[in-house]
Amino acid sequence: MIKHFINLEWKQYFRSSYWQKSMVINILMVFFALSFVAMFLGLGFSSLFILKKIFPNQDAFVVANSFIFFWVIGDIVMRFFLQKLPVMSVKPLLILPVKRSTVVNYVLGKSAVSFFNFLPLFAIIPFSIMLINDGYAASMIITWMFAMILVVLIINFLNFIIEAFSAESELSFLPLIIVVGALFGLDFFNILPIRALLGDGLTSIANNPILILVPIAILAMCYWYNFKILKQKLFLDSSLKTKVTEVNAADLSWTKRFGDIAPFMQLDLKLIWRNKRTKSMAMLMVIGLLYGLFFYPQPMYADKEFMFAFIGIFSTGFFLINFGQFIPAWDSGYYKMLMSQNIKYEQYLRSKFVLMVMSVAIMFILGIPYVYFGWKILLAHFAAGIYNIGINSHIILYGGSFNRKKIDLDKKAAFNYQGTGAVQWLIGIPLMILPMGLFALINWLVGFGAAITVLIVLGLLGVVLHKKLMKIITKRYLDSKYKMIDAFSQDS
Amino acid sequence: MIHTKELSKSYNGTTVLNVEELSIPKGQSFGLVGNNGAGKTTYFSLLLDLIKPSTGRITNNNVVVDQSEDWKPFTSSFIDESFLIGYLTPEEYFYFIGELRGQNKADIDTLTSKFEDFFNGEIIGKKKYLRDLSKGNQKKAGIVAALIGNPEVIILDEPFANLDPTTQIRLKQILKDLAEKQGVTVLVSSHDLMHVTDVCERIVVLEKGHVIKDLETNLETLKELEVHFAGGAMGSQEEE
Repeated sequence: MIKHFINLEWKQYFRSSYWQKSMVINILMVFFALSFVAMFLGLGFSSLFILKKIFPNQDAFVVANSFIFFWVIGDIVMRFFLQKLPVMSVKPLLILPVKRSTVVNYVLGKSAVSFFNFLPLFAIIPFSIMLINDGYAASMIITWMFAMILVVLIINFLNFIIEAFSAESELSFLPLIIVVGALFGLDFFNILPIRALLGDGLTSIANNPILILVPIAILAMCYWYNFKILKQKLFLDSSLKTKVTEVNAADLSWTKRFGDIAPFMQLDLKLIWRNKRTKSMAMLMVIGLLYGLFFYPQPMYADKEFMFAFIGIFSTGFFLINFGQFIPAWDSGYYKMLMSQNIKYEQYLRSKFVLMVMSVAIMFILGIPYVYFGWKILLAHFAAGIYNIGINSHIILYGGSFNRKKIDLDKKAAFNYQGTGAVQWLIGIPLMILPMGLFALINWLVGFGAAITVLIVLGLLGVVLHKKLMKIITKRYLDSKYKMIDAFSQDS
Repeated sequence: MIHTKELSKSYNGTTVLNVEELSIPKGQSFGLVGNNGAGKTTYFSLLLDLIKPSTGRITNNNVVVDQSEDWKPFTSSFIDESFLIGYLTPEEYFYFIGELRGQNKADIDTLTSKFEDFFNGEIIGKKKYLRDLSKGNQKKAGIVAALIGNPEVIILDEPFANLDPTTQIRLKQILKDLAEKQGVTVLVSSHDLMHVTDVCERIVVLEKGHVIKDLETNLETLKELEVHFAGGAMGSQEEE
């Protein structure tokens, strides 16, 4: 049976058009994976020295164990965003003589051989070797190693439990926040010193191998719970059937003041609020807004004025970039209909443009509190906002006409590369690097004021030429109409 | 109303459609039949300028469809579910199409109220998104949306597929009325010979991209079509 499953998986993977079409992304993913492996190897080999240096009076092994708690938390968060339960397409299997439990066991078993579970080994094994080299008893360290592998697997299955809950809740991040918050909070406020418990636990397992039964029991419990949830879902009427959601209608009559583009604006707003992928994109705007907080509080950036422009472009243009780069792929599901309807392309594009301009204005206003870190920052954000409105909005609309990839609106946004092609990577250069470089150059040659002025003037130039630019962009879209219709009607 | 001249469409050297000449006068109910791959959907896609013809042209009310967009105001269509916007409710979808076609909400409400029977109480006021409706109900919504804004040409690809018998009969009546009473040019394609002969005044048979029969519908037409397609089936059996 398993042999058949593996065979199916193999074909599904290599015959998917996704694999064949997006070599660039695959290569990129491999590159990321390798760099992570390198990082973990480095961590594994070096941490013993580092620990000895920072905590010279303590047992490095015990100290390392006391840090495991933070790893667990970090791992859960990372997996939540990156790792998905490797569901196979079970629908055709339901009517075949395959036991449900076999399918479930296979899916869960497959998740255990995920990259995310091998990655920690690259740190754990070198660290163990270093410890043994350092004179720790080999039997003790090997027991510890097994305990760590069990911990990794526990996290693996724990993550799927969290994801199962998050799939059901309306606010999808809530279960993660609750679990991580609870773990962290209990420890931080000394209600239950989980961090110390976990550290001591691992140390005592290493000294007392019989205690390894405890993590095994926890793992078994997690597995059993996953098994239970998954088996319940293996019916057509539960998870495989699409969930019917109650309509949430909002009053959008205020868009009427935009005249002939009002129907499209209403459509776009509904698009954003009613689909998973766009909704999580809108949620990510919070991150875009708070992006400056990563830099501004640090004194080392206080005098690096070119950073102001970069962060300004990024935070005021966050929606513009994320939403704009997939125009018109957002409408790919019904693009044929739009093209046969009585619409003017220019109206369609102008509605997207107005939406992006509004988002820039809103993001700028919400970002005004950054003035706390200096008026120069506010000024730079303002100039960046104008530049976004005048130049970037047009660039991204133009770039959109190169989109040839369909988007499935019902998938999450974070690390979802569907619909991403070389265009999306290339367009980032004029969008972010160009204004930043220009700003840095003039700032360095002439001064801060001149750099601000240049960005604003360029932006205003774009606004003045708006009508003309839109004509060029519209023509570009009309020219690639057939190609887009053809590409959007293919399933990726 | 619709003139097709020397139209052909080929992909990588394979010709999928080749129509010398085909004229459909105003107010005709026109049926297109043929087996899978005969070129029915290709013809409709060309008519809607969704794909580019390899040679030739189609004019719709004297507008060359791949050169001007002026045919759009009086032409409406429903080809498949990809014409629906999944995250809208049927009402919102109707209003949206209505706005594109210069109709206000009241116009749309009047129109949809006429189709209460057709909807069978499963479309309007259900607070469901189109993507959550069954295939049949999606089709009903799409067909009615194609009737919004008093179009002069209506193009429906396989309108009878996926519909229940009651709805099929109601749809036939709607289509007949459109052509006879309102002078609308109705183009449908179907695999169901009985339905097309019931609805259409004229039936064209496509085979491998060519028009091989062009019939005025009368009492004998269904028989003739059945013989034709059965002959094809027998012929291929003999070949094997």
